[in-house]
Amino acid sequence: MNKLSKAAPVAVILILMASWEAIVRAAGIPLYVLPAPSDMLKSFASEFPTLMGHAGITVLEAVAGMAISFVVGIVMGVLIDAMPTFKKCIYPILVVTQTVPVIVLAPIFIIYMGFGYAPKILTVVLMCFFPIVVSFSDGLGEMDEGYLNLVRTYGGSNFQLYRIVKIPSAMISLLSGLKVAATYSISGAVVGEWIASQSGLGYYLIRAKNGYMLDKVFACVLMIILLSLLMNGVIKLFGYAVLPSARRRRRSTNKRIR
Amino acid sequence: MELSVTNLNFSYTDKPILKELSFSVRDGEFVSILGPSGCGKSTLLNILAGILKPQSGQILTNGQEIHGISGQFAYMPQNDLLFPWRTILDNVCLYGELHQRKEEMKEKAGAQFARFGLEGCEDKYPHELSGGMRQRAAFLRTALCDAGIFLLDEPFGALDVITRGDMQDWLCELRTNLKRTILLVTHDTDEAIYLSDRILILGRPGEGIREEICISEEHRTRDWLYEQGQLRARIHRIIKFV
Repeated sequence: MNKLSKAAPVAVILILMASWEAIVRAAGIPLYVLPAPSDMLKSFASEFPTLMGHAGITVLEAVAGMAISFVVGIVMGVLIDAMPTFKKCIYPILVVTQTVPVIVLAPIFIIYMGFGYAPKILTVVLMCFFPIVVSFSDGLGEMDEGYLNLVRTYGGSNFQLYRIVKIPSAMISLLSGLKVAATYSISGAVVGEWIASQSGLGYYLIRAKNGYMLDKVFACVLMIILLSLLMNGVIKLFGYAVLPSARRRRRSTNKRIR
Repeated sequence: MELSVTNLNFSYTDKPILKELSFSVRDGEFVSILGPSGCGKSTLLNILAGILKPQSGQILTNGQEIHGISGQFAYMPQNDLLFPWRTILDNVCLYGELHQRKEEMKEKAGAQFARFGLEGCEDKYPHELSGGMRQRAAFLRTALCDAGIFLLDEPFGALDVITRGDMQDWLCELRTNLKRTILLVTHDTDEAIYLSDRILILGRPGEGIREEICISEEHRTRDWLYEQGQLRARIHRIIKFV
């Protein structure tokens, strides 16, 4: 990759931030309407310990939700692929669950499950399991029939067909779904906390907003962005660990481009 | 291993592909099946491998009747079908892995890599190999099966002409050591003449075997092949005949 294509996106962000800063200062926009990026960074630094405390709770909920979504997603993905009738029955319901806004469901979860972590985790699950199920079941179904027949004629069982052919071939697709889910997971937890909680970034966000401390709101948003990227990065690392062939391929294509 | 097929019938909906097809192959024989496209060559191999189910007919291997996937056949399709996420060694040991003796097979395979022109490729991935090498790896995977009969469905069809020639020379040398019965489907007349003991020419769909040409007495070399203009012309006329 040449230097220009690496530097360009960074330059665009810097220019946008600088214009934002300049406009806020020149027009004298007050802090409770729109804070300048510098105000935001200042309060990010000063509020960092508090933000980290709340972030711990949010990450905990997000990770728990992701773990549940992962297990549910894998099991459902295999069932959908293995049983066409199950797919016909369950797929439309899955799609419908995604059309209901989470912000409507979150208060209902709180009515049923109280003010603890459970309703927040369930909100995360509701947002995260869908991309995992869809990407995994699609990945399982995509394998060329030739490979499946090869393993069958070699005397492979149905279990081996999944273990040796289908699941490894669905990994790339599953990882894309996991990346999407991981990015959603933090937002999911924040939405859950927004409705009712005593801690977490959503709770912090509500408090800062009600006090018109917009610099803190923006600092918190920055924290959410960083955490979402972190979750995404963790999945990427996981992908590198489980897919040695993809890692090798990437290296060889990089070599070719150079 | 001997193979005997009697009165095999297969049709897709109402279109007959194979009709009362009968033939037999001796132990250790190399038989090619030639024919126009759509004549049912690949269908026949798929039936033998157990992927497709015939409407009627009997298949015997060493006198025993078989149904569906039997483990008697090692099927090798046109595209190499190597798993892209597995190293070449893991790919060729697939049969052993499926039958719970992967370690044993890895040792057995290791000794074969040089013979298949794959030295040093054990830990490479399929995309790092050339088309000819990938096909050789697929061949090694087939050769490591316990099956007595190889079903080769245009194994060199996807290769360029020069590589294909090299692969044919290589298979010609290898076949005596393999000690297997081989059934090769091809649409390359020269390939059939060069490699096989006997050529079965299939007619249009549902027509069956049009002619059988036995050349097992000949000492087949490349030079011999170049002089087979008459045989080549004869085969072409049989295939073209309406």
